[in-house]
Amino acid sequence: MNFARAHIMVCGGTGCTSSKSPEIAAEFRKQLEAAGLADEVKVVQTGCFGLCALGPIVVVYPEGSFYSMVTIDDVKEIVDEHLVKGRPVERLLYHEGADHHGTVHSSLNDTDFYRKQKRIALRNCGRINPENIDEYIAFDGYKALEKVLKTMQPQEVIDVVKASGLRGRGGAGFPTGNKWQFAANEKNDVKYVCCNADEGDPGAFMDRSVLEGDPHSVIEAMAIAGYAAGAHEGYVYVRAEYPIAVHRLNIAIEQAREYGMLGKNIFGTGFDFDIIVRLGAGAFVCGEETALMTSIEGHRGEPRPRPPFPAVKGLFGQPTLENNVETFANITWIINNGPEAFAAMGTERSKGTKVFALGGKITNTGLVEIPMGTTLREVVEEIGGGVPNGKKFKAAQTGGPSGGCLPASLIDTPLDYESMAAVGSIVGSGGLIVMDEDNCMVDIAKFFLEFTVDESCGKCAPCRIGTRRMLEILNKITSGNGTLEDIDRLEELCEHVKANSLCGLGQTAPNPVLSTLKHFRDEYVAHVVDKKCPAGVCKDLLNYSIDPEKCKGCTACARACPVGAITGTVKEPHTIDTSKCIKCGTCISKCRFGAITKG
Amino acid sequence: MPNTKTKVAFKGTPEQEAELKKFIAEIKHEKGATMPILQKAQEIYGYLPEEVQVIIAEETGIPLTEIYGIATFYAQFALNPKGETQISVCLGTACYVKGSGDVLQKVVDTIGCEAGSITSDGKFSIDATRCIGACGLAPVMTVNGEVYGRMTPAMVPEILKQYME
Repeated sequence: MNFARAHIMVCGGTGCTSSKSPEIAAEFRKQLEAAGLADEVKVVQTGCFGLCALGPIVVVYPEGSFYSMVTIDDVKEIVDEHLVKGRPVERLLYHEGADHHGTVHSSLNDTDFYRKQKRIALRNCGRINPENIDEYIAFDGYKALEKVLKTMQPQEVIDVVKASGLRGRGGAGFPTGNKWQFAANEKNDVKYVCCNADEGDPGAFMDRSVLEGDPHSVIEAMAIAGYAAGAHEGYVYVRAEYPIAVHRLNIAIEQAREYGMLGKNIFGTGFDFDIIVRLGAGAFVCGEETALMTSIEGHRGEPRPRPPFPAVKGLFGQPTLENNVETFANITWIINNGPEAFAAMGTERSKGTKVFALGGKITNTGLVEIPMGTTLREVVEEIGGGVPNGKKFKAAQTGGPSGGCLPASLIDTPLDYESMAAVGSIVGSGGLIVMDEDNCMVDIAKFFLEFTVDESCGKCAPCRIGTRRMLEILNKITSGNGTLEDIDRLEELCEHVKANSLCGLGQTAPNPVLSTLKHFRDEYVAHVVDKKCPAGVCKDLLNYSIDPEKCKGCTACARACPVGAITGTVKEPHTIDTSKCIKCGTCISKCRFGAITKG
Repeated sequence: MPNTKTKVAFKGTPEQEAELKKFIAEIKHEKGATMPILQKAQEIYGYLPEEVQVIIAEETGIPLTEIYGIATFYAQFALNPKGETQISVCLGTACYVKGSGDVLQKVVDTIGCEAGSITSDGKFSIDATRCIGACGLAPVMTVNGEVYGRMTPAMVPEILKQYME
């Protein structure tokens, strides 16, 4: 084996790949070759580092120098300065703080973004080449599987998972050990292990990141689950929208088979286990466990009533153990480090860590893994670097279309299952979208409802019809035609849909509406009574006007207006004809004097 | 999203049909093979017109109604062909709160057809997609797979111009 004196880790996650990280890696190889360093310095394409806002990300070891927003043109400078002369390129190092002009950190782990994190599920993301099983093995890979198969009884494995306190990371938070126990208790020759990688919550991408950055951790955990439950076949149901994840998962399964970690007689113990990958086809409801199984069976992905639960009668009618990607990604760590170490993190009833996908109006967009119970304030202000552009934090939406929002007054809420449920939201799959004063909460509720209406499978009436009626009421409100009775009716309808829908999609669809009603009722009332959208988002309620004091008569707005609604003489204040105005906002973006306002 | 029967004439070749039939023969005895077959068919033809669904029904013995039911259930399966230039604007939450709705509207205004449809000359199609996972670059638009991040409506005409020649 060749030992390199330095490693250049180039992020190969979807975000950075979109901003040309493969080309950057290739350029590094080219420049290293040119500098005669090809044998000394190794370029590795890794999984996601988490700080997606600053991609493409490049980290140079042994120093751990953290370069952000690297372009192809920067590569030569990094090679010449850092790798030839040993001087990190200060200009490109990560700068902390709002708008990234603050302190420079030479090492990744010193930054606010990483310091408060505890990476368990994401432990190998950004650290290894996910397409090379040897690198996974070098970081204790497949050690847990060997230990389980050679030294533990299935029940002992289940007891370890139970003792860790791990709960399902896909959204519902059901105790994982119990789920394993139910599947193990069934007496049946054929059982299945199923991995839910149908990450449909818009704005959550931790499962993709695990599959892209550390696919073997999921494969290994599925084999362990198979041993514990008595199953010999596993299915991974993964979104087709994640081509890089699918590609790396397939490579990893192939390599695991070659190395004898999958297939017949694993580690010579007589235990057989193999994995089949099935692709989704863009249906959000398939993230629901029974719908997912129906889809794998080759049908329309409609959910089935429970009971019978999947542990009794699941995939192809056989007992099935189903967990989400992130849940599986914790398993080998728990086996290797002991359940006590895992249970030592988090709160009394929410153990371990959880990955959140930070998005929206936040400086450090990306993936963060934190001990359960970390407060929203720590995540937004410290790890996330706060709300950019000097705007105020208004709310955080968690759990996507099934979740709710936490307003600024609840920013000290600990992020764990119980605390979030108590304030009307959920941990969910871990999407965490930050909103500032420019976001309208009624519009956000409408956004999520449009999503659920579109994704409702149509099998049961409360969800199919109820969500559509709810959306109609919201449209009425945002167009300025709502009444106070509409708000009451909306609330009542929410309760019915919640209580009577067949599966989780419908049961949770009203949550974004209910929680915005709870925390931002005044905004709904403003739309209905004052016919105003306080955040200036809902177009039907907006009127654009030009402040004659500020307008210089430069004509920039009039020339840009697509419908000719702005008139005026040069060097005289202009006016907007509101009957012609289509409220596209072009004029505001063109005005250099801040003379145009909407409201 | 409109996913009604297409008006565009079917232009499938015997080679495409042979490739599909070969794949079906290989996989049809596996459990739950229908989805992979439809995915393969879409990969071969680019979409799933009635003619292709008939081939699948005949080769697998699954009723055409069921094939049609599956093809219309999943957003990824298209009954209409895509344009030569495929434009997608992400409407995932992270992109939406950063204004991707306005970007989509600008694309629709610039190209002149609605989201989820294709221009009459078949040159452009526009889709509003779910999260493509480039949330760090929000709002995101893709044109023929090329990703454009941190979009504003003002950037749209400039980017699309290069595809219009």
